[in-house]
Amino acid sequence: MSPTVAVVGASLAGLSAARALREQSYDGRIVVLGDEPHAPYDRPPLSKGFLAGTTSLDDITLTAPDDEDLALEWRLHTTAVGLDRVSRSVLLDDGTELQADGVVLATGARARRLPGAEGLDGVHVLRSLDDAISLRADLVAAGRLVVIGAGFIGAEVASTARGLGLEVTVVESQPVPLAAPLGTDMGAVCAELHADHGTRLLTGTGVAGLVGTTRVEAVELTDGTRLPADVVVVGIGAIPNTEWLAHSGVALGNGVLTDACGATNTPGVVAVGDCAAAWSAVAERHVRIEHWTSALEQPATAVATLLGTGGPAPTPVPYFWSDQYGARIQFAGSRQEGDVARVVEGSCADRSFLVLYERDGHPVAVLGMNQPRLFTRWRRQLRSAAPTPR
Amino acid sequence: MIPVCPTTALPPGEATRVEADEPIAVFNVDGEFYAIDDTCTHQDASLADGWLDGCTVECPLHASCFDLRTGKVSGPPAKTPVRTHRVVVQDGMVYVQTEPVADGVA
Ligand code: FES
Repeated sequence: MSPTVAVVGASLAGLSAARALREQSYDGRIVVLGDEPHAPYDRPPLSKGFLAGTTSLDDITLTAPDDEDLALEWRLHTTAVGLDRVSRSVLLDDGTELQADGVVLATGARARRLPGAEGLDGVHVLRSLDDAISLRADLVAAGRLVVIGAGFIGAEVASTARGLGLEVTVVESQPVPLAAPLGTDMGAVCAELHADHGTRLLTGTGVAGLVGTTRVEAVELTDGTRLPADVVVVGIGAIPNTEWLAHSGVALGNGVLTDACGATNTPGVVAVGDCAAAWSAVAERHVRIEHWTSALEQPATAVATLLGTGGPAPTPVPYFWSDQYGARIQFAGSRQEGDVARVVEGSCADRSFLVLYERDGHPVAVLGMNQPRLFTRWRRQLRSAAPTPR
Repeated sequence: MIPVCPTTALPPGEATRVEADEPIAVFNVDGEFYAIDDTCTHQDASLADGWLDGCTVECPLHASCFDLRTGKVSGPPAKTPVRTHRVVVQDGMVYVQTEPVADGVA
């Protein structure tokens, strides 16, 4: 029998792993398992163009005609429920198992839900295509939206809903939105976009609960305020899909623990994308990065590890973007508490700027708003300045 | 033919955008000039703002890479190639021909 690689997960990371296997001349069998019924699709538009109705399902499909040549065996609508590390078998929800010589774990993450919100109509999370379809159907019929969580997803949903003409309130428990990725100052600047576009932002306010019997009617805050709502979107982060590996012996933390090259503690098993927490030499700990670009880039390294052809660990410069209210926000690098942010171009008031984060006088991260050209130059500079791997 | 700029105004590693019905991006790769449609086939980024690496340009927004010689795209999220255009250098001036030399199908 020809050797088999099982790719568990059929989103960007899984598809990129399958493509990387072929690019790296693996000519055995590749089986791609996906729990959703859909072929791989691109998630970022789900909170933007797809939710707005300006981008179609066809537009966001990730597979291209060339992928036919890869001879991938797709098993969609199939959930992996366990992994036997000795025989390297993936156990499936239909009771069968798939025996493989190599396994790529790419099961992603799922949206964190608000406890107590189960079964209430009009309450949504946004992670999958089906989430986006049902949220869109609700939004076009609604007048008032409350978004819980002012992170990137929450902000993008708020922006899209404003574009659809809804009255929008965003509730954030932290005093400043986006302070963790961008720092307090820049988080505050980006959060001003809400007010610019008529979205109400309430910060430092917890949610006490949702009001409603069959359908949500309001969000009750810890200070007693009731915000009437036809639709509620909960955007409070994501949880890695690793429970199915609990008894597999694969080391888990906040995600599947891997070295910098994607290797897990189990020979023949690598992990990539949102479910993986890779060792970061810079941070000196395992870091689970949920960026689109990481899901795109990590698999090439992990696949080389799996095939035994891996080179030195890469030193990627994390990069993500967010589109809100027509503003393009781009961030690259690794920011830490204490880094100094400095505007080097444009101005925050104009909503067009480039900010450099410096540590001991050296640039470590860059944030741009509506400055794609300059941002790209700085991103490149950060890449070439990244410490060379040992 | 549309005049772009004097060759001296577009040094190696640089790109410029030319306004036309469909804007065109012109690149200087180590002295060779290439022209492709400026607008990314994914969304509305200007590829002249992108990251030039050898004969490919990476979109400044979501990192799809396009081959300047063929227009071919190497990876998601863009799926469709860009059109390429012929560049003519005459008397120290760079020109592009607006009729695409290929519809991007490499
Ligand atoms: S706009 Fe170019 S890749 Fe998205």
